[in-house]
Amino acid sequence: MATVDVDLPHVKDEDPHHHGPAKGIGRWLYTTNHKDIGSMYLIFSLSMFMIGGIMALIIRAELFQPGLQLVEPNFFNQMTTMHGLIMVFGAVMPAFVGLANWMIPMQIGAPDMALPRMNNWSFWILPFAFLILLSSLFMPGGAPNFGWTFYAPLSTTYAPESVTFFIFGVHIMGASSIMGAINIIATILNMRAPGMTLMKMPLFVWTWLITAFLLIAVMPVLAGVVTMMLMDIHFGTSFFNAAGGGDPVLFQHVFWFFGHPEVYIMILPAFGIISEIIPTFARKRLFGYSSMVYAVASIALLSFVVWAHHMFTVGMPLVGEVFFMFATMLIAVPTGVKVFNWVATMFRGSMTFETPMLFALAFVVLFTLGGFSGLMLAIAPADFQYHDTYFVVAHFHYVLVPGAIFSIMAATYYWLPKWTGHQLNETMGKLHFWLSFVGVNITFFPMHFVGLAGMPRRIPDYALQFADFNSMASVGAFIFGFSQLVFIYNVIQNVRAGEKASAQVWEGAQGLEWTIPSPAPYHTFSTPPKVD
Amino acid sequence: MAESNDKQTKRLAVRLATAALAMFGFGFALVPLYDVFCDITGLNGKNFKQGAAEISTVDRSRTVKVQFVTANPADMPWDFKPNERSIRVFPGEDKQTAFYAKNPTSNWMVAQAVPSVTPSEAAPYLHKVNCFCFDRQPLDAGADTEMPLVFVVDPELPSHISTITLSYALYDLTESQTVTQTNINKDKGRASL
Repeated sequence: MATVDVDLPHVKDEDPHHHGPAKGIGRWLYTTNHKDIGSMYLIFSLSMFMIGGIMALIIRAELFQPGLQLVEPNFFNQMTTMHGLIMVFGAVMPAFVGLANWMIPMQIGAPDMALPRMNNWSFWILPFAFLILLSSLFMPGGAPNFGWTFYAPLSTTYAPESVTFFIFGVHIMGASSIMGAINIIATILNMRAPGMTLMKMPLFVWTWLITAFLLIAVMPVLAGVVTMMLMDIHFGTSFFNAAGGGDPVLFQHVFWFFGHPEVYIMILPAFGIISEIIPTFARKRLFGYSSMVYAVASIALLSFVVWAHHMFTVGMPLVGEVFFMFATMLIAVPTGVKVFNWVATMFRGSMTFETPMLFALAFVVLFTLGGFSGLMLAIAPADFQYHDTYFVVAHFHYVLVPGAIFSIMAATYYWLPKWTGHQLNETMGKLHFWLSFVGVNITFFPMHFVGLAGMPRRIPDYALQFADFNSMASVGAFIFGFSQLVFIYNVIQNVRAGEKASAQVWEGAQGLEWTIPSPAPYHTFSTPPKVD
Repeated sequence: MAESNDKQTKRLAVRLATAALAMFGFGFALVPLYDVFCDITGLNGKNFKQGAAEISTVDRSRTVKVQFVTANPADMPWDFKPNERSIRVFPGEDKQTAFYAKNPTSNWMVAQAVPSVTPSEAAPYLHKVNCFCFDRQPLDAGADTEMPLVFVVDPELPSHISTITLSYALYDLTESQTVTQTNINKDKGRASL
């Protein structure tokens, strides 16, 4: 990272062109300001996180005991499907885009995003996409119930009528993501302050640059696969219909060609966030900056050649199994480089444990754990046992909840004083952290055991021997779910009041965003700073 | 920001949008690519040889067990089964067997069987000299038929393969066929060969 030396004439800019925010609802509808749009993305994502969370709690409440208690199996399937779709496309992805909107211009010394009007559009179509998706819950036949991976022909021949709304919803959120990605790439490549060379960029910016390229590469493939479904359902084509010469396995190949890079879309920005936070609280520079950049780039490239490890059991030839097994294991190498670098950054640093750092540390430990169970799943012969069991559920929740979600919370706590101008309430932050940390592990750790013992995923009822671990997981889920109310309280409280934060906020923080006052003025870096 | 920068941004945005469009196209290109890939590698057990085989030698040193399996998709009401569950053959020897099909409904229907070979490694060594699966099979209400299959197992078949399973799934094509029923009547003779 660059050492930063800037003077700030732009802060007290009296130029009438640089006005503050407009008044009323118009401010939010017509805004092209990256901070406003970033905030809207984050608020949207938080509300989706709550909706998806309620669905998760319905699932866990049903699974608290064996037998059917609360919901019908079909509604249960709708819940698992919608929970997955909403959390992936509505909570995690928009949260990262929101953080990118807020932080990337401030971290590279740009006045705003490169394409501000498109930025407004890419946010505002998102609520409509989810309105369409959520409205399917109230349609005859119910919401999509075929799992978030919507395998054909379950999602074509046997789907509820509302599948068409689901398809349009996916089209719209795909368009939103692609526009967001174009904007981020254009901003990073064209709007950097003089002297901010690529290899001086903060890692959050780097990881987002690579993520944006992944988005442009695979979101259109997702749009393609749902379009094929649409054509199979309504226009008599047979992409996935064997009776017409199509092939259901083709669906899985096309879907996972999107799906695996998508997994990294949800974790690479998290790597960036953690690489910002750990150096701040270890008061040391990030260990191995350039190796971090290359590791992220190689993870992104490898993500395109491992997709079939999601479908080891479709009847692939041995050569295919072996190729995808080793390609997948290869990804552990750059990931290992990253974990090593984080640990090396902390080594002999003068560490303090403020809330963002706690979340970052939990990320490193628990994400690594999720990575290890991923390696177990990558072993093709063993995967035949684990496939579609709760072990898979445990694996991807470990990388997504204490992985992606914890990184988003860490980022929120880390940059919140910069956004609101108020210091964090550390006591409440730590309360939120410890409740979440304990809750997450009680929820997802037992799933490893029931998965290895053979409990299948996506079922509303299960064999008696899984009862104890399931009731444990349900208790954990309610602890984790309700502790997020502490998070909401913390954020609202911090927006409303608090001790005045300095520009620096955190003692060890480095980077351009800490040179501007807290709260960050509506317009920043109208005159580009000089970076040495 | 300078004007040149705005222009640069616009150009970059257009390029990226083009890339996104190209990837949308690529998603569709995966469909034929997938077929070509399976064809070359024989991954889905469908690249068997059709028509007369140029095999003159018969390998009498070993036999291969050929099993027949039939399957109906959920909405296919026909009775469909092999006359023999399995046959032992010498590689290189012509064998004939037949499948039985009956249309128990009160409607005229058309169906076609789609074959698949397991293990897929054996697929290129299974020559179908004549197969009912080459053609569509129409059947009147309540009618039944015997559908012949003539095949040869190539003597080149790798020695570790001792059992080949030939599976047929029978698909209802009546709906797509009603429009061109006249065409069907035309090649009815060939289909019920």
